[in-house]
Amino acid sequence: MNRAIIAFLLALLAIPLAAQDTMPPAPYAYNQLDDPALEAQASELMLTLRCLKCQSQSIADSDAPMAGDMRHQVRSRILAGESPEEIRSWLVARYGDYVSYNPTISATTWPLFAIPVLMIVLVAGVLLRRLGKRRDAAEDAA
Amino acid sequence: MRNRIWLWVPLAVFAFFLGLAGYMLTQEKDQFVESTMIGEPLPDFALQPAFAGLPGAAKGDLVGGGPRLLNIWASWCLPCIAEAPQLEALKEQGVEIVGIAIRDRPEDVANFLARHGNPYTRIGSDAISEVQLAIGSSGVPETFVIDAQGMIRYQHIGDIREDDVAVLLAELEKAQ
Repeated sequence: MNRAIIAFLLALLAIPLAAQDTMPPAPYAYNQLDDPALEAQASELMLTLRCLKCQSQSIADSDAPMAGDMRHQVRSRILAGESPEEIRSWLVARYGDYVSYNPTISATTWPLFAIPVLMIVLVAGVLLRRLGKRRDAAEDAA
Repeated sequence: MRNRIWLWVPLAVFAFFLGLAGYMLTQEKDQFVESTMIGEPLPDFALQPAFAGLPGAAKGDLVGGGPRLLNIWASWCLPCIAEAPQLEALKEQGVEIVGIAIRDRPEDVANFLARHGNPYTRIGSDAISEVQLAIGSSGVPETFVIDAQGMIRYQHIGDIREDDVAVLLAELEKAQ
């Protein structure tokens, strides 16, 4: 029994073999910019950039070392005077649209924008026809 | 009667999406984020040596001569151990391999090379992944074919397996 308990406790201690480095984070990974206006720009952008390691999180949300390095890039580039959209295009040029959570109309994404418009036009068409018919019927009856 | 058939259309559309969702659930998700820098020139960079035994790496070291491999790796990365013999085999074929060590310490780099062999001619230390981000690499290990003009010609994501060696050699040949 004691053995089982010890084994159980040891199992709790098991540390997953994580492929992580032990280096300190990049200077601006966890430190905000001194200028609140610039920091606001940076954090707004960081919320719309995808972490490449943990692909369902933004780099603002992720604790992965690579996300920290990406935050450092964003903050140090903002500090150097680049605009958020310049930084976004710099990353999109390297990783494709996938890295941005801010969708743009492109060869692959246009149906996302076109289908809702098409649906509304379709529904409006059906509705007009139906209502028109009903009015005709009402006029005929009168 | 004709109208009756039209009533089934929404259900058919719904069934189609249900089927599509079910099918996609059974498909393996591709987690790789490919670099969109293939065919683009290597960005400018100059990295300090990753340890005392080899010089650091800069863009200039990858331009001129023949095509080379640029290997993005780290001593803390387990698949990098798995690909070490394949890098050794590529080196024996006469391929020049320049390394970039991501978020690494000199003593760890030296220790890794002593244990698993050193196929590199240079290793730059990228402590904040800046060169990695600049070339569109999203993890370790990754291997890029760089031609003599400094153009990025090919990207291999993940560790190099035995059958990838021939693919990389062919890509190096293409980049001549």
